[in-house]
Amino acid sequence: METNIVLCGVGGQGILSISIALDIAANRLGWQFKQAEVHGMSQRGGEVVSHLRYADHTVRSEVIPRGKANLVLSVEPLEALRYVSLLALEGALVTSSDPFKNIESYPDVDEVLAAVGREPNHVLLPGEALARQCGSVKAANIVLLGASAPWLGMPEETVEAAIRELFEPKGEKVQELNVKAFRTGRSAGEAYRRCVAAGVPSRSACALAGKLKDGLLSPDAVAPWKAVFLGPGAAEVLSALGQPGQRVKGDAAVPEAILAAGKEADVAELMAGRR
Amino acid sequence: MATEVKTATRPLLGDEALALGAIDAGLSGAFSYPGTPATEILEFVARETGDGPLASAGGVSHSWSANEKVAYEEAMGMSFAGRRALVSFKHVGLNVAADPFMNSAVSGVEGGVVVACADDPGQHSSQNEQDSRVFAAFAQVPCLEPAGAQECYDMARDAFDLSERFGIPVMVRLVTRIAHTRSGVALAEKRPPRPLQPSTDYARWSLLPVNARKGVAALAAKHADLTAWSETCRWNTLDLGRSGSRTGVIAAGIAVNYFLENYGPEDSAPPYLAIGAYPLPVALVEKLLDSVDTVLVLEDGYPHIEGMLRGLLDRPRGKAIRGKLDGAAPRTGELSPDLVREALGLPARPHRAASGLALAGRPPSMCNGCPHIDSNAAIRVVLDTYPGTHVFGDIGCYALAYLPPFQTVHASIDMGSSISMAMGAAAAGVHPAIASIGDSTFLHSGMSSLVDAAKRDVPMTVMLLDNGTTAMTGFQESMVTGEALVRVVKGLGVREDHLHVINPHRKHHEENVALVKREVEHKGLSVIIARRECIQTARS
Repeated sequence: METNIVLCGVGGQGILSISIALDIAANRLGWQFKQAEVHGMSQRGGEVVSHLRYADHTVRSEVIPRGKANLVLSVEPLEALRYVSLLALEGALVTSSDPFKNIESYPDVDEVLAAVGREPNHVLLPGEALARQCGSVKAANIVLLGASAPWLGMPEETVEAAIRELFEPKGEKVQELNVKAFRTGRSAGEAYRRCVAAGVPSRSACALAGKLKDGLLSPDAVAPWKAVFLGPGAAEVLSALGQPGQRVKGDAAVPEAILAAGKEADVAELMAGRR
Repeated sequence: MATEVKTATRPLLGDEALALGAIDAGLSGAFSYPGTPATEILEFVARETGDGPLASAGGVSHSWSANEKVAYEEAMGMSFAGRRALVSFKHVGLNVAADPFMNSAVSGVEGGVVVACADDPGQHSSQNEQDSRVFAAFAQVPCLEPAGAQECYDMARDAFDLSERFGIPVMVRLVTRIAHTRSGVALAEKRPPRPLQPSTDYARWSLLPVNARKGVAALAAKHADLTAWSETCRWNTLDLGRSGSRTGVIAAGIAVNYFLENYGPEDSAPPYLAIGAYPLPVALVEKLLDSVDTVLVLEDGYPHIEGMLRGLLDRPRGKAIRGKLDGAAPRTGELSPDLVREALGLPARPHRAASGLALAGRPPSMCNGCPHIDSNAAIRVVLDTYPGTHVFGDIGCYALAYLPPFQTVHASIDMGSSISMAMGAAAAGVHPAIASIGDSTFLHSGMSSLVDAAKRDVPMTVMLLDNGTTAMTGFQESMVTGEALVRVVKGLGVREDHLHVINPHRKHHEENVALVKREVEHKGLSVIIARRECIQTARS
């Protein structure tokens, strides 16, 4: 068993916190871990990357060799793309879709997200929206950590216990908020992957996952949602998903109602499950 | 699936592990000046021992010193008093402390002195990638080179033992990736500190030539014993393996990890010598050479071992030496597992292709609301008004003003260089000549230059950017700021009619520009203190 994760984002996005949560978890399991980080000047709005390796055997290199990373976990989509070539052929890419634009030469966001969408084995989630659902936009890093759960190679209870330990100094409320962010991210990630596997376009799946209550999507809702997103009313639905505050129930009734109502439907009302 | 176990290890950065190793070895004093990647050493000592008693009461004293030379000399004073001292800084900090460092090898030490020097191959946040192992060899002191946090912890204790056994300082050389890699560390029993027992061997400590000649001879005489120690110590290990390969490897420090990454427990690695201690274990090097035709040297930093092996004649005992000097590995920059794999002649691992999208870099920049933004906006106007203006910057966040949109730094060489370089340039005929320096850097090594400039009333303008902290390295306390800093500047001999304090804020831009213009036209020394708190500390 060996897990190699590239954690990345921009200074101030909490890359170090998720690295340390995983250190704690690996340590609890009695595994060896090595977590390399870059300090200093890069904290001033620069790119931040941390290489984390853990295994039940000796971990040698501090840096993940090219082709040995199982996972790129990013809180920012442009930063995610920067480290793709470290991934093994079957490696996973989990990233927030929220761009952090502090440079003039930031590429076109649609192109960045499309490039993420072309990666095999990826998850694209609106981390900030999901974190806000849990009580604080600051927990976006933990949402992405949750979405990465299938590739962490360790029991989810251990990760949750580590999150509680990490946030212990900040009190119980912050601990529970972050555990919720982890669970919401895990569920939303699963929802996203189910949708994309079924043929839902990446951006639509991302928009939907960001609105799902607790990130939960019933498996039988995937097919009708696909029909919605590939159908004539898709643009209107996407626009409604783009409105702030809207929450969407994860059962099949919602997309089925949209499909049944046809063109005249008030999509926002339907999504809120108020019909 | 895995289950949780009771953990016996503590997650620590390499820097932190070294600090804790020193504390547990019976440390009494820790001294440093902040600098990436060494900063966390003293920060950890402060966190770990801050609530306890001071050295004089059997605990640990620690401080951010004015500069690395001061830190080193404080460590020597603690050693003179019989107690153990740790001095830490980044590689270029050793340049500042070079005088006491070189001479402490001659005087020797009483209580153990460990010099933790964090190198920065690849220059993540440094102006050069000098290799401190060369400095250790220059001073003729032993050097330990850890290959992980556990070794940082264990070597700190060994370094104190070695220092006291041979009566000389011992260097522990880190590189950025070791300093800033966190892993689980198993701890040893904590030892008590040494008692207060000042040395009475004043002749050894007083380096008048009559005494120092004896010290230099005694130091040279230690080399054979140090080499004998190095040949049997646990940090240098020879494994001739079972592969039968005629190419052997000498790997040092972190390069040992990059090397072994390529071989599982069941694979047989080529014969190799892992180096963690210097002077080099000559007998082990000879044994390796006897069993191979070619030796590949893997080291992060300078081709230090490789250069020694090649010597003048390039092929010791007729064996081929490969490494950074023949292009097997790049001559400069940071070593990596991928570069080592290539140097070993192993095929690259399959990996995912890059996305194909052109990815803009994200360089560091000044924070929104940073006072340096407003100071440099004023300097920019001066630059645009007086052609021929040159600005000599210094080391700190404000060095970022070199970049657009300001481009208000034309040179920054080393800590404190701004004022002295402006003096030299003014002497050459540059006018206006502006020096731009932060409060912490000024206290570190700008003050002596300003004494000189004031004495000679050099026609130049010093912009002293007082944000009240050492921001770039993580907001360590600055020695003197605010009104106390004004008193220091006055005390150094700066004329009061050309000493001003401004508030670098957008709303004062016009008046600030007017003042800077007026002082720039003055044909003598002016000092303008731009005082506004760092936006990061102000917000926290």
